[in-house]
Amino acid sequence: MTTSTKTAKIDRLAELTAQNETTSGASLWREAFRRLKTNKMAIIGAAIIAVFIVMAIVGPWLAPHSATALTWKSEVLVNQGKFVDSPRGGNWFGLDHLGRDTFSRFLIGARQTLLVGVVSMLIGLIVGAVIGAASGAAATLGGRLGQKIDTVIMRVVDMMLALPSLLLAVSIAAVMGQSLTTVMIAVGVVQIPIFARLLRGSMLAQGSKDYVLAAQSLGIRKRRIVVTNILPNSLSPVIVQATLSLATAIIEAAALSYLGLGNPDPAVPEWGVMLSQAQRFFEHAPMMAVYPAVGIIITALGFTLLGEAMREALDPKLRG
Amino acid sequence: MALLSVDELTVTFGARGRESKAVDGVSFDVDQGQVVGLVGESGCGKSVTSLALMGLLPDKGVKLGGRADFDGNNLLTMSRRELRDMRGSQMAMIFQDPLSSLNPVVPIGIQVTEILQRHRGLKGEAARKEAAHLLDRVGIPDPARRLKEYPHQLSGGMRQRALIAMAVACAPRLLIADEPTTALDVTIQAQILELLKELVDEEGTALLMITHDLGVVAGLCDQVNVLYAGKVVESADRHELFAHPMHPYAHGLLESIPRLDAPRGEPLKPIRGSINDRIAWAEGCAFAPRCDYYTMECLTGTPALTEPAAAGHQVRCVNPVREPVEIATLDAGDATVTAHGGKNA
Repeated sequence: MTTSTKTAKIDRLAELTAQNETTSGASLWREAFRRLKTNKMAIIGAAIIAVFIVMAIVGPWLAPHSATALTWKSEVLVNQGKFVDSPRGGNWFGLDHLGRDTFSRFLIGARQTLLVGVVSMLIGLIVGAVIGAASGAAATLGGRLGQKIDTVIMRVVDMMLALPSLLLAVSIAAVMGQSLTTVMIAVGVVQIPIFARLLRGSMLAQGSKDYVLAAQSLGIRKRRIVVTNILPNSLSPVIVQATLSLATAIIEAAALSYLGLGNPDPAVPEWGVMLSQAQRFFEHAPMMAVYPAVGIIITALGFTLLGEAMREALDPKLRG
Repeated sequence: MALLSVDELTVTFGARGRESKAVDGVSFDVDQGQVVGLVGESGCGKSVTSLALMGLLPDKGVKLGGRADFDGNNLLTMSRRELRDMRGSQMAMIFQDPLSSLNPVVPIGIQVTEILQRHRGLKGEAARKEAAHLLDRVGIPDPARRLKEYPHQLSGGMRQRALIAMAVACAPRLLIADEPTTALDVTIQAQILELLKELVDEEGTALLMITHDLGVVAGLCDQVNVLYAGKVVESADRHELFAHPMHPYAHGLLESIPRLDAPRGEPLKPIRGSINDRIAWAEGCAFAPRCDYYTMECLTGTPALTEPAAAGHQVRCVNPVREPVEIATLDAGDATVTAHGGKNA
């Protein structure tokens, strides 16, 4: 072999190893994201969510009609037994019982629906995670006091879990009066015990892992191990639960609106409210209920698909 | 005086009435710069012994007995705080599975600097430099880059090296290695053993090597203690043990090693039964049900440790085996003995 081909070979090797180097330093999360991008279900879920978010942001400007503009002709038509919920003229989804354009209300309502879903999920996530982390840390640090704190917190959480979620939400909404904030708080509170239990359980499971023992064998303080080792490793199921909870939150908020405990302001349409109003006219105008219902179902599906895909991507058993 | 002197260590699990003794009166010494092996099959109490010495057994449902003097202080009666300060700085441990022993969400560098900060008060740039130096010390190439990587990005051997770097970060005087090569493949095993040997030779660290692999023992250990059902049944220096194993268990272990130069078709010679076929040490020799040489004498109380042949070669047996194992005609550390991994340097 001549020297020139040899040097060429070495140069090529160096080049290839250099390329390799730029791909290093990938954290667990970046790795999971990479896997997520190759998952078809995740892409579909993310696309649905993206459409939903865009609709929530620009919907009010895109709406061809006002959410409150009434045309009395529809009322008359309903009374005559004719359907007004089918596309006609400039009203793609037809008119509702007050003669308002359903398509415009659907577009504008996306924002309210997303807001309720996200805020109530965040309430559940933040409060639940704080309670769960406190309980999990107390249990992991051990000692008689720690065990006691953990037991007390978990029994309170169990009590919350024992109540049917919708009943709990309805009671809270009933006590606090009818408003948007009420719906968010009511739906959020229902999620608290789920997040709390999940994080605590996850922390306890991580607490018996080898790397915790290894860190202890190097003299690291237990308190520090909880913060640097146990907590960060316990978060992935909580993140997954957050996306899944968003779907449930939207459905629960719709259920509250359906029961008449939602936002009473007619100028602020919301899919759940629209659904609840449609029930009175279901016989004559079934499509009036179908539009918001399908909207809710597809959005919830989008979050569920993404959540499930994230669960898979973060699963340590599938980690390469 | 020995650096670590374990005397009649007992570890009992379970509540009153349903107790089981995992370690039943184990005694051995480890000197500075010495490699001592604890050998035995699964369930004989090797790992429990090491965890007891490190103070890493749970508080609940565990009773400790005997003494374990480290530099004159009894480890078993130390407060949790004292023990915690000793761990990592005075004594450290290397575990079996390097992947599960590293925190998966934190880069290697942070895990190493954490220890430097905890015991040596190093911070920032100084800690990073020292960490890179440590990785270099244990033979990890391009340490500056590796510091930024996560455990799952390293190979198995590299991870075990990183764990060793963490264990030796504060120059501990005693290193306990609990089957450090079990999860690694053969070539990597040899490299890791080489590294441990180097650390012992250069730093004068005492090494307590816990293993079931006689190849590792032959390649590394100065003194060997063979454990059976929670008791030391034979204790000798490496050459003596491989040349004249006297306890039927140690004898059987050496005889069961497959040999490359054995005639084709010759069956392997396992020790029959399992460690569950045992009787309580108080009644007699726990190994008797599996032993080819047992007599009625074996079933009258715990056999004592005696030195029937050479000085320093202790055996807990009433009829020690006198005939050498065929394998023992080979020098300890020979390729046949070390066929699976503990190749001598």
